[in-house]
Amino acid sequence: MGIFDTSPRARAAALVAPPFAYALLLLAVPLISIVLISFWTQTGLTLSRVFTLDNYREIFSGPIYIWGNQNRWGVLPLSLFVSATVTLVTVLLAYPVAYFVSFHVAPQRKSLWLFLITIPFWTSYLIRVFLWKVILGYNGVVNTGLIELGLIQEPLDFLLYNLNSVIITLSHAYAVFAILPIYVALEKIDRSLLEAAQDLGENRFTTFVRVTLPLSVPGIVGSVLIVFIPTIGDYVTPELMLGAGGRLISNVIQTQFLQLNNWPLGAALSIITMLAVGVVSLVFILLNQRWLRGRG
Amino acid sequence: MSAQSKPVAAPLIQLRGVHKHYGDYHALRGIDLEIRQGEFFSLLGPSGCGKTTLLRTIAGFETPSSGTLMIDGRDMAGVPANHRPTNMVFQSYAIFPHLSVAENVGFGLRRDPRPRDQKSRAVAEALEMVGLGGYGSRAAHALSGGQRQRVALARALILKPKVLLLDEPLSALDKKMREQMQVELIRLQRTVGITFILVTHDQEEALVMSDRIAVMFEGEIGQMADPERLYRRPNTKRVAEFIGKMNLLPGDVAIEGNQILVDTAGLGRGAIEAEQAPGGVMPGRTTVGIRPETLGLLFPGETTDRRLAEGVVDEVVYYGDMTYYDVRVAGVERPLTISMKNLIGRPVLEVGAATQVVWDERSLVVLSR
Repeated sequence: MGIFDTSPRARAAALVAPPFAYALLLLAVPLISIVLISFWTQTGLTLSRVFTLDNYREIFSGPIYIWGNQNRWGVLPLSLFVSATVTLVTVLLAYPVAYFVSFHVAPQRKSLWLFLITIPFWTSYLIRVFLWKVILGYNGVVNTGLIELGLIQEPLDFLLYNLNSVIITLSHAYAVFAILPIYVALEKIDRSLLEAAQDLGENRFTTFVRVTLPLSVPGIVGSVLIVFIPTIGDYVTPELMLGAGGRLISNVIQTQFLQLNNWPLGAALSIITMLAVGVVSLVFILLNQRWLRGRG
Repeated sequence: MSAQSKPVAAPLIQLRGVHKHYGDYHALRGIDLEIRQGEFFSLLGPSGCGKTTLLRTIAGFETPSSGTLMIDGRDMAGVPANHRPTNMVFQSYAIFPHLSVAENVGFGLRRDPRPRDQKSRAVAEALEMVGLGGYGSRAAHALSGGQRQRVALARALILKPKVLLLDEPLSALDKKMREQMQVELIRLQRTVGITFILVTHDQEEALVMSDRIAVMFEGEIGQMADPERLYRRPNTKRVAEFIGKMNLLPGDVAIEGNQILVDTAGLGRGAIEAEQAPGGVMPGRTTVGIRPETLGLLFPGETTDRRLAEGVVDEVVYYGDMTYYDVRVAGVERPLTISMKNLIGRPVLEVGAATQVVWDERSLVVLSR
């Protein structure tokens, strides 16, 4: 006797129950709590559960979070800009790698190449971020190297503790996530299509533009989403690479929750960020669907 | 359709001693070939015989290891596929899935200097020609196999190539569709007057469609001839067995005066013409071929002035319009296969029935090894 003697529907429910409970507890409950808390107020050590829009009003009224002023951008647009740049750089760098593995590596060697590409993941993310500090720092590998070679006299100071370093570090960290979806999309392209394009008068470059690139768009869209969404929430890299005073939206949220003990404002900022990311993702998904319409 | 029905012209395609090696594998072993302007030429052979490699060499997707390829008097060494006067219909059709039917057909017109409206008219005409008028705006993935094939044809023919290369274009279609497309391809080829080179493993397809056929085995051309000659006078056992059904019997060739005499096991002696030995007349032991439909059975009440041999029915396969008999005759190990039309008054014989085999020395063919 047990669940396997019951109806198929009950059996299915029983099988789904554990992951469902898991998703409910670890995804839905925190999310709903955040939404609720964003409408409350912090009063000393406790939360006042009276519905209020004050947190949202604070976010939208001042220049800090969204609007910015002449001297600096709002934190959220700046963060979106950084994530977009990271996404662009990552996808632009990932595409040639994926292309190379898919088109120029012998079939029996492909899995070895994919394995090699994942090797950076064997090192902890935190350690990789610190390694970039060692590489880009004032007395880091790049600067000492360039000085030794006599190419520069003084260390370059635009390498570390600014947005460049955040973009470099994140692009490296998310490269694999961008390579794999593009690789899969390229693998799915029927090679006879490339020969057909050549047969119809196109050279290798125009074949790429007219056939390979359009057919790999689903992979590119996948990569964009996979890189863009998590990078906006990454607070370790900006924390370590921006230095004093530098703040992206993830750091601001973390500060509200953990240092200023203002959960409601932190929650409201999270919701606004989530909505912004959601809108960007939606645009991409719709673009992709439009693209996929009329294709197999 | 014989080769005589079209004017003989200078060779459009010329291959001289073409070899292709893939590492240790010798895919093409010295191909010499001339294909004339306006010809419907087929490369026929079992899978792995090199016919597709040869086609891809002409298209420019493979580079010969040695030998020369000329198209329209131009040496094609170093000329990439996109600069050759050839277009190809791929086995998988290679229809671009991200483009509409019209965009697929007009794909090769990008560099065409004509204005846009003239190009779209050309696309519409090409679709009309392959029987897909009005399909232009459809998505390519919504097409059936036969329609895809037509799009592939229109896409290649719109560029008016000197040579159209077809790589097993009918193999993915069902039988009915295949027969219909065979007829349409023949009609199309006559209308446009472009040289077609067809690769196929289907001997019937090659016989139906071609002006000339090259039969290939293991990277070499075994025989090259028009369909009738290839079917009636195959030069080797291999060609004879690959094309149609052929009874193979041991025989002896002797030359007496100016007569060639063949003693065929189970049938008897007969005089043949020199052209019945396309591989050359060599006195001594040989293999004699005879097609099932050139043999017959003498039914009760029928008479004949042809030669006869006693036999016993070993197997009967009834096809409706035809009956195939396996008949044992004295002195031959394997029974003879004989096909008979089921005409009025002709009974279907039982297994074990005694019968007489009707044969004629004119249908014998002496095969070389």
